[in-house]
Amino acid sequence: MRYIERRVTVVCGHYGTGKTNLSINLALDCAREGEHVTLIDMDVVNPYFRSSDYADILTREGVRVLGPNFANSNLDTPSLPAAIGDSISDGERVIIDVGGDDAGATALGVYSRRVTDADPDVIYVINRYRSQTTTPEEAVSILSEIENAARIRATCIANNSHLKEFTTASTVEDSLPFAERVSELTGLPLRFTTVPSGVDPLNKVPNMYPVSVYVRAPWEKAGNRIAEGNR
Amino acid sequence: MAEKVLMKGNEAIAEAAIAAGCRHFFGYPITPQTEVAAYMSKRMPKIGGVYLQGESEVASINMVLGAGAAGVRVMTSTSSPGISLMAEGISYIAGSEVPCLIVNVERGGPGLGGIQPSQSDYFQAVKATGHGDFHMLVFAPSTVQETVDLISDAFDLGDKFRIPTMILSDGLLGQMMEPVVLPEPKDPVDNKDWAAKGHQDKRKHNVINSLYIDPAELERKNRDRFEKYRIIQENEQRAEEYLADDAEIVLVAFGASSRIAHSAVDMARKKGIKAGLVRPITLWPFPEKFLNKHAAHAKVFLSVEMNMGQMVDDVRLAIRDSKPVRFFGRTGGIVPTPAEVLQQIEKLNGGEF
Repeated sequence: MRYIERRVTVVCGHYGTGKTNLSINLALDCAREGEHVTLIDMDVVNPYFRSSDYADILTREGVRVLGPNFANSNLDTPSLPAAIGDSISDGERVIIDVGGDDAGATALGVYSRRVTDADPDVIYVINRYRSQTTTPEEAVSILSEIENAARIRATCIANNSHLKEFTTASTVEDSLPFAERVSELTGLPLRFTTVPSGVDPLNKVPNMYPVSVYVRAPWEKAGNRIAEGNR
Repeated sequence: MAEKVLMKGNEAIAEAAIAAGCRHFFGYPITPQTEVAAYMSKRMPKIGGVYLQGESEVASINMVLGAGAAGVRVMTSTSSPGISLMAEGISYIAGSEVPCLIVNVERGGPGLGGIQPSQSDYFQAVKATGHGDFHMLVFAPSTVQETVDLISDAFDLGDKFRIPTMILSDGLLGQMMEPVVLPEPKDPVDNKDWAAKGHQDKRKHNVINSLYIDPAELERKNRDRFEKYRIIQENEQRAEEYLADDAEIVLVAFGASSRIAHSAVDMARKKGIKAGLVRPITLWPFPEKFLNKHAAHAKVFLSVEMNMGQMVDDVRLAIRDSKPVRFFGRTGGIVPTPAEVLQQIEKLNGGEF
């Protein structure tokens, strides 16, 4: 996969920067290239809206999904399955969707030795339009909190600047100086800038990663399937 | 105009309250509301405000009563079971005529229920949040932006009428991320000459109390308060109408379920079915005027809720039972889909009332 370089990829960042949508895209793109890939939903902080919600699409495309034991249930019990540790160490491709901020990254800290041993890609996701990370300085300060909680250093930046369904070409283009500045301040390479499908930037976006939008509100989901009686 | 940023509903509640001049927050964490408290705990110390986690919801709501009695803008937020615990305090606040903001980010019930989103505290919010003769002004926003906008109104109207006000949100709206424009911060006008904030030997003590020894005085107080409620019912009803003017099937839905209903109306219109939506923005006062406007041309009303039909009676009363009122809802933390609601609209369109 040209957008990620190592076997183990960690996706971390501030709440709501779009880590889940990015993780789903990375996992599906790997699977579509014929790789065996596991997506680990390591978010034990958010009660809902997580990558496990998309297990249907993911498993249909051959992605294995591991998530908190009680994800999407009526229980607020943050426990993770033992299989997570093995999958980080076992040799196949793994994408870890970490919970937001230092609070979410604490769960990753449990696996810091295994993850470090795997020589991972640690992608710090930024969104110029996300409240509290709209300046490069704010984005940098949240990164160090996350790194301390996770006991892992980021290796690159992913610019995932968007305004959900209001994202336009200029939304993406206007975020580029912000992303470059975060890259400068952290000394980490800007790996790619995501552009959601349906948005066509007029000017060239360096290292553009075209992504699909999977994470949507219940009233805007394509297909509008009938809700299941018991999730 | 300020720039659009992405905010989680719960964070936006906190930031909007701060912008409205609220510097006092008392609460106790509970899913799916916790981000409000977490956000306040980070922000309040930086802006000279108070964030205090009480030992329980019972303690927290009584701190709200104390701060409100002293004349400051104060709020609490919790989720369903937390409101039940606060019920006594809320009644004391209403009886003491102290303004404050109470936020309920609803989850499934009854009992411990679950952490998934729900609207099953409608009865509790509009009929009986606590004991005694009282109402609260209850707002039901349907987007993160509207939540932000209504918080400022809720504080202003609470101060104007000296009543507690409630934002009835739900887990979906609290947890979801949407673009918002935050309001400019404002300093509320300090004209609370009734508040217990120090008489400085210039006036008599202001006593904030809900105990009346003389039954006649208590009756008079209650009658006076209901006169205020009458004025509120007259002037403060709010609703949004969507494609309702020629609608034969009028959906009625508030909060998150109104977004589902909105999508379902669009789908129905594409199929040539004359469906529309009336979305109550105030649940108390219930927007009877808006519903009545459409009773003449509607064939049937359909209340769409994330509960077992708690708003149905209010719709029937609003239109004086002049048309049939049907119900579709999911409960226990399940969110209905637009396709499910469309199915109901199609049934009604086929004459199956």
